[in-house]
Amino acid sequence: MSKHTFSIGGVHPHDNKMSRECRIEPLPLAPTVYISVAQHIGAPAVPVVAVGDKVKVGQVIAEPGGFVSAFIHSSVSGTVKSIGPRADLSGRPSTHIEIAVEGDEWLETIDTSDTLVTEIPADNKAILDKIRMGGVVGLGGATFPTHVKLSPPPGSKCERVIINGCECEPYLTSDFRTLLEKGEQVVVGAAILKQVMGGVPCTIAIEENKPEAIAHIREVIGKLGFSGIEVMEMKMMYPQGGEKQLIDAVMGRQVGSGALPISVGAVVQNVATALAVYDAVQKNKPIVDNSVTITGQCAPKQANLLVRVGTPLRYILDYLGGVPENAAKVISGGPMMGRAVANLDAATVKGTGALLLLTEKETRRAPESHCIRCGKCADACPMGLEPFLLNKLARAKDWDAMEQNAAQDCIECGCCLYSCPAQIPLLDNIRIGKGIVLGNIRARAAAAKAAAEAAKASADAKK
Amino acid sequence: MVNIIIWTIAVVTVLGLLLALILYLVAKKFKVEEDPRIDEVEKVMPGANCGGCGFAGCRAFAEAAVKAPNLDNNYCPVGGNDTMAQVAAILGYEVKAKAPQVAVVRCNGTCQARPKVNSYDGFSSCAVKATLYAGDTGCSYGCLGCGDCVAACQFGALSMDPQTGLPVVDEEKCTACGACTKACPKHIIEIRPKGPRGMREFVSCVNKDKGPVAKKACANACIGCGICAKTCTHDAITVEGNVAYIDPAKCKLCRECEAMCPTGAIHGVNFPKPLDKENIKSRIKLRQQKAAEAASASASLRDPVRANAPAEAVSVAKVKEEKKDE
Repeated sequence: MSKHTFSIGGVHPHDNKMSRECRIEPLPLAPTVYISVAQHIGAPAVPVVAVGDKVKVGQVIAEPGGFVSAFIHSSVSGTVKSIGPRADLSGRPSTHIEIAVEGDEWLETIDTSDTLVTEIPADNKAILDKIRMGGVVGLGGATFPTHVKLSPPPGSKCERVIINGCECEPYLTSDFRTLLEKGEQVVVGAAILKQVMGGVPCTIAIEENKPEAIAHIREVIGKLGFSGIEVMEMKMMYPQGGEKQLIDAVMGRQVGSGALPISVGAVVQNVATALAVYDAVQKNKPIVDNSVTITGQCAPKQANLLVRVGTPLRYILDYLGGVPENAAKVISGGPMMGRAVANLDAATVKGTGALLLLTEKETRRAPESHCIRCGKCADACPMGLEPFLLNKLARAKDWDAMEQNAAQDCIECGCCLYSCPAQIPLLDNIRIGKGIVLGNIRARAAAAKAAAEAAKASADAKK
Repeated sequence: MVNIIIWTIAVVTVLGLLLALILYLVAKKFKVEEDPRIDEVEKVMPGANCGGCGFAGCRAFAEAAVKAPNLDNNYCPVGGNDTMAQVAAILGYEVKAKAPQVAVVRCNGTCQARPKVNSYDGFSSCAVKATLYAGDTGCSYGCLGCGDCVAACQFGALSMDPQTGLPVVDEEKCTACGACTKACPKHIIEIRPKGPRGMREFVSCVNKDKGPVAKKACANACIGCGICAKTCTHDAITVEGNVAYIDPAKCKLCRECEAMCPTGAIHGVNFPKPLDKENIKSRIKLRQQKAAEAASASASLRDPVRANAPAEAVSVAKVKEEKKDE
């Protein structure tokens, strides 16, 4: 069988999966957790507990602050100590709920047993409601609320559900371990997603560097007897796990500029999200923990840990033996798209998939030199953009020209920066322009909406 | 042979005259009427083409100034009042002299006051740094220190002070064109009136965090306590979003707020004498005592029962005393 991949761009960094043999182990509970109310894209959640309240694991502690928002649950049992601003992973203060851990008492409604529940409830509305109540968000990195993604706008039709098990970022292994150790649950989660979207076919996409996972999931599908779910072996290529790239690779369709995947009939969910869907629907278990890869050349120990949401990073690293002397950076996420952590006292969020420790030598950037017009960045860009041009336009602050050259379509994968022989900070500059262009587009849309409403109001007044 | 030469000269001359005539007629017919005053105005402009006036360059400013019915909305900050007087003379307009302005850096988070909590090794640009994270100190509002403002200044008026890690404005060179205010992603730099003999008071902080958070990140931060606003007798200070702001139009440069500020976030510059904190504080105390006495006296006149109750002004003074002692 030929292996699939996306049609334009991409790079091929060494996969460095050093922690692939480490089983997912639960991390002992931290003495205090700090749960952020802004763990997802969209409006921050609103705390519904007060200081001094006793909470149990799985109890709702913050409710959605809008349609695109998510429930936040307590990941531990204990007492709410404070609610207030605390620096997050990027150092910006946001509201966190501090809970002092006392024991490990779960809410009675949650099924904490290991038994596999394969019977899927028939009522799709009830399933969606459970996903919403479970605070499930996309765990592939963007943390977009899952129930919003599963409620496509009227008129659009889903033709295929894609479960993203590519894990194309180097170093990361948490999805791989999840597929191996919780394959059954992931497959049932995929079956639930498939049913919610109207019984359309479902593809679980896994890259070729994870043959054990491919074999295991194929075996599980056969054993559980779900029809319409298949495993697709993907060629190794970064950024295959990007939503638009994966749709191209699996379905051969390209999502237009500014359009959503549903416009070409695709819904993409990460492996970890499928597991969270299974937990929420079959076990009533909201997202209270997620598996985090701790890896890197200088990591105290390679590990895949099941970490409760809100655990301080320093606690995780201390558990494994402390931050080594030669570690220059701790990166939240993979080496390509991850961000360096501004302070280790920050706590994990639902979307924290990995902590990567890099040495000074690994993180050092060579000095920038001149663009030699080799075109490597344009070849590498999976969105078909021209990074060298966008970089120039961003430096000239020509935002209109950047919009004409589709800077807003940049997925910030870092392929341009990775491939540039002159070490030009292409992505850094494009990211500035992308932010401004997106702001301009939103401002124009808001102005157009206001003008239309004003015109409608004046027309109504004339009547 | 001579014939050929004569003929050639004649033909070329006639051709030249003919073409000149065509050019003359075309130029006459399609002449673009341009106000000669535009050129005159452009000549007196500084010619920096900095865009500080809001137009693309000096020529664009001249065109706009000639078209406009008055000069109220057109002002060249670089040339200042002298240039505008010349422009007004050419155009026959009146121009109101504007108070000279200067760029003011509203961050005093020096390296000592604002300890670094991480180190940044990415591309050295404030704009890039601001898109990545909050910054290398605990303050997510303060100066990022990569010098985008210095690079934006065409007049060489800004420089980074290696001691403090903050930009310094050379008042002689600053033209208040505003390029630095646009370059700063944290919007720290403000264009303010220079003030009489350069004297001015301003809050040198834009941190909107609550007091304890701001204080923890930076010893010099404005904690939004509001003591300055309560002290000010000219109604010049507003505290909004946990940060104080002094309105330069209302400030009378009495320096009382500067003396009372518990963190030293309020700065006064170019004053001839150093700030005499104790003197000013005792002056404020005396005034507040007098006000309290007057209040209790008027209260006793109106309502003899309430006369013994402590007047509000006294309690405010007491609170301030306590805060000062801390």
